[in-house]
Amino acid sequence: MNNLGDFVVIIVLLMNLMMLSSSRIRTCIRIVAGQGILIGCMPLLNDFHLILPGMVISASLSIILKGFVFPWLLFRAVQEANIKKEVEPVGGYPLSLLIGVMIFALSFWLSTRLVYTKPLVSHLAAPVSFATFFTGAFIIVSRMKAITQVIGYLLLENGIYLFGAAFLSEQSLLVELAILLDIFVAVFVMGIAIFHISREFDHIDTQKLSELKDSIISKQDI
Amino acid sequence: MYLKIAQFILILILSPFLFGVINRTKAFFAGRKGSPLLQLYYDIFKLLRKGAVYSTTTSKFFIAGPIVSLSAVLTALLLIPFAGQPALISFDGDIVLFIYLLGLARFFTVLAALDTGSSFEGMGASREVQFAMFVEPALFLSLAVLTRITGQSSLSGIFSNARMSSWVTYDPLIILVLGALFIVFLAENSRIPVDDPNTHLELTMIHEVMVLDHGGVDFAYIMYSAGIKFWLFGTLLVGIFLKGYSCGQVTASVVFILGMILLAVIVGIVESTLARLRLLKVPHFLIVALALAIVALIISMR
Amino acid sequence: MQIVFYSLTILIVSGLLALCLNRFFKPANFIGALGAISGCIVGLISLFIVYNNPASAVLTIPWTVPYGSLSLAMDNLGILFLFLIFIVSALSALYGMESLRCYSGKKNIGSLWLFFNLLIASMVFIVLARNAILFLLAWEMMAISSFFLVVFAGEKKAVAKAGLIYLIATHIGTLFLLVMFGLLGNSSGSFDFSSWKIAPSGFMPSIIFLCALIGFGTKSGFMPMHIWLPETYPAAPNNVAAVLSGVMSKTGIYGLIRILTFLGMPCSWWGYLLIAMGIISGILGILFALAQHDLKRLLAYSSIENIGIISIGMGVGILGMSTHNPVLMVLGFSGSLLHVINHAFFKALLFLGAGAVLDKTQTMEMDVLGGLFKKMPITGISFLIGAAAICGLPPLNGFISEFLIYLAAFKGILGAGSIVFVSLGIIAALALIGAVAVACFTKVFGIIFLGQPRSVLSLEARDPGILMRISMLILAFCCFFIGLAAPFMVNGFAVIIAEVSGTQMMIEYTLAEVIQPLRYIVSGSLLLYGFILLLVFIRWLLLRGRRIESALTWDCGYAKPSPKMQYTASSFAQPIVNFFKGILRTKKHASKINEYFPDSFGFKTETADLFSEKVFNPMLKSVHDLTEKLTWVQHGQLQIYILYILFTLLALFIWKL
Repeated sequence: MNNLGDFVVIIVLLMNLMMLSSSRIRTCIRIVAGQGILIGCMPLLNDFHLILPGMVISASLSIILKGFVFPWLLFRAVQEANIKKEVEPVGGYPLSLLIGVMIFALSFWLSTRLVYTKPLVSHLAAPVSFATFFTGAFIIVSRMKAITQVIGYLLLENGIYLFGAAFLSEQSLLVELAILLDIFVAVFVMGIAIFHISREFDHIDTQKLSELKDSIISKQDI
Repeated sequence: MYLKIAQFILILILSPFLFGVINRTKAFFAGRKGSPLLQLYYDIFKLLRKGAVYSTTTSKFFIAGPIVSLSAVLTALLLIPFAGQPALISFDGDIVLFIYLLGLARFFTVLAALDTGSSFEGMGASREVQFAMFVEPALFLSLAVLTRITGQSSLSGIFSNARMSSWVTYDPLIILVLGALFIVFLAENSRIPVDDPNTHLELTMIHEVMVLDHGGVDFAYIMYSAGIKFWLFGTLLVGIFLKGYSCGQVTASVVFILGMILLAVIVGIVESTLARLRLLKVPHFLIVALALAIVALIISMR
Repeated sequence: MQIVFYSLTILIVSGLLALCLNRFFKPANFIGALGAISGCIVGLISLFIVYNNPASAVLTIPWTVPYGSLSLAMDNLGILFLFLIFIVSALSALYGMESLRCYSGKKNIGSLWLFFNLLIASMVFIVLARNAILFLLAWEMMAISSFFLVVFAGEKKAVAKAGLIYLIATHIGTLFLLVMFGLLGNSSGSFDFSSWKIAPSGFMPSIIFLCALIGFGTKSGFMPMHIWLPETYPAAPNNVAAVLSGVMSKTGIYGLIRILTFLGMPCSWWGYLLIAMGIISGILGILFALAQHDLKRLLAYSSIENIGIISIGMGVGILGMSTHNPVLMVLGFSGSLLHVINHAFFKALLFLGAGAVLDKTQTMEMDVLGGLFKKMPITGISFLIGAAAICGLPPLNGFISEFLIYLAAFKGILGAGSIVFVSLGIIAALALIGAVAVACFTKVFGIIFLGQPRSVLSLEARDPGILMRISMLILAFCCFFIGLAAPFMVNGFAVIIAEVSGTQMMIEYTLAEVIQPLRYIVSGSLLLYGFILLLVFIRWLLLRGRRIESALTWDCGYAKPSPKMQYTASSFAQPIVNFFKGILRTKKHASKINEYFPDSFGFKTETADLFSEKVFNPMLKSVHDLTEKLTWVQHGQLQIYILYILFTLLALFIWKL
């Protein structure tokens, strides 16, 4: 058993929970950046002879992107859009935290049903990667602000990467790189979109975007 | 048997000392000289020499509160192993008795507070029972994790030195459990960031305010039971740390006591560097302990 | 065995006699109560005789009812439940002899005693019956007599409504029992219990179990079949409420265990289902209890919580049975059986204590009471013991039964697979229930008995008369005593568990494993008492000859504290109620303040039942709407109705011929 791998994976899990319970957007960005760096290091935790040069390159690329470039973009968006600090979860922090724990329980159960070759880094990698994925999805669903939804996407991506990294196959890393590119574009676009939304509406509350839909009442008014 | 009784008496004598260590540490961080290390002993002896003043509102129940609380805490102390040695009473499931004895102490403290008819004390009592709602499950689940790791459902079994080999392989779990237990420890001993043992300001107070109207011998009982409660929960933490450590009986005892003192220093550091949480945030903090314990339990099911 | 009949005869004859003497309040009251008490005592004697001579435990008398036979028997399971029924009923009757005097000149006391004694008799019959028809008759008798007891007190609309809800709920339950017995009888061709020894196979046991769970669960008050319970208990007179909650709800548990013995090896999902229902009942029950202001309503919800704990224990036992884990089985069943006994005692005690408070203050609204401990010390002390016991605190009886279930869960956690998840859930749920129960009962005791009187209502209170005090003190002593005698009692459960599970060998072995911890707990309890005595002595020694003064409660410098400034029950519970606002849905009503110096201000909270509000009312409403569309069938013309009958007959002919 690889104790160091276990440690890293558990820290990744704890970061998910921290993300669910923290109330500041800046903290959330830092957490997701830290998580990106940690997960980026995952493939390098294996035995030395198993590490291929391609992996080192892709790992360092993802560390640079997720650990530094994305946070920088997000911080800029927060600053320029003049976003308030609070995260505003639906249903309160304690509930989100408990849901996070339940997500982990579910992922653990799912991973026991999965038939897979033994992972090399840590036996917890599969459940934690599922949990990270679902936590990201949960954040996207339960948070009001566009920027926290971007953070949710990043978390989701971290989950996918962790899964690939844990099972250490060349192909999955290729897929991962492609996803990374997608996410990169997404973050870029979202950053611009957030900036524009905030300039137009003075807020980035996605719930209020629903005001944009055609409403019968307003037509009657006209 | 005699040795165990001697250990029990040793704990009875030693436990108030730790409060002196905490206060010294805090004084050090504040740049003060601080009160003597034996301050709690002085306080207790001073209180024991006093007469008594009772509120006209209170009934006889008010006196019963501190007596039953201290008795419950003392009985709980009988279940606690010392330095890896089994406790005086140990049996399968004594974890439950341990936690419920503390529940008994809480029940009587809360009722004695309500007996005064004071709003402040009612407020403190109300908060105390609210926080217990988070702390008790967290404590139960943390101990359940330890039970699962060691295969033992008694406190002495969990903390005995005999089963080290299984201990090491569970490192990451132990850290989670330690985190959960430390939060429980801070909450149950009403330390910062859950409660502030020094203030009597009504907005911040939980435990201190419940005992506002007690004085004399009754208050001495309360202070002493606070000291012992600190030892009870401290043993759980230090016991986990020193689990893998094995040596002679005497050395183990000395190391254990040093560990408790170190824990007191850590608490002092925590108290000097952290601020008390906003009251509404406290449940949130306590739920973290619950979440850690549950995560640890799930992981332990590998 | 025949002696039980003497007891039943005494019960029924004295009830009828009391009814005849209806016009004279005192003799009717006296004869009714005396009949109940002496009937119960004779019954207890018969239990003793049968226990020592098990050969006399079976009785079969020919009977002309179709499919029925008057076959009765008393086994150890039955003796346990009969023991509870006799003791709690006798004490409630003793209490009632005094407390019912308040109806003098207002109500027909004779009818109350008739139904009270019939209720006891029917419960005894339920436990004795060994034939489905007999069982159902007794069951129906119990439902009817308890219905009349519930509606006895009220002119009020609320009481009538409570009675109606009860009547409907209990009959829905009976319907399921009918189906269940039908299925059991169908597969074996007879309605005698003795002919059901061979377990049915296939899906049948599961369907029978589900019917039993709904039918008996309705009587016991499992969530979500509990909705009648918080309405009914508060409406009933106090000594009746003690019997309803203390023992009548346990007949459901008895029925469930009895049916289990016919079903052979249980499926493990029954255990999971019972545990899940128990956890839901336990947590929601105690949370709703905490949110109540009316003491009797609170106690009713707390009954649901305790039934939940019993159900968790039973679930663990069944799980142990189906997975061939004797430790789980023994711990689960013995914890659940012990909790049945414990709950009967402390809940009856709390209802009687509440009755004493109601008797003297005329209110059950906690927020207007206060400071009663000084005025009614005996009631206060027995209520305190009941409250501490129901929270499961050592060294009282409630702790022992909860301990056994906890221990089962701790043993389960060492296993593998889904049982670990279940054990985790049980531990977390029991811990949460325990903590909220402490909050709930510190609120009850602290607000009602401690502090200062909050209104004039509690100024005149004093301890009730000797009969009420004695019955409360005996129950309190039982709580105290079981806490110390638990190892012996659990030892006695070995036979019962063997009867239920049908296995013998393992039980003796595992019981030893179970009893060992209990012995330690008892020694711990004795040490606790020792410490208390020691500390009392030290305190007395130190304070001897010193000055003891009185002063005001510290009031932060405020010069004129008034009793109204005390914390109220609602404010005490507010943090937890608020935390669970998503479940409890407490409604707040506050009057608006418009001026700078308002004369008065009102604030009220109420917590309606989640299931009645969200499940049953909408469901009933949709049924109502649906049936409304069928009103065209009702013409009010006789000819058309006869036409309907003709059509029905015709249809039946066509179907059958």
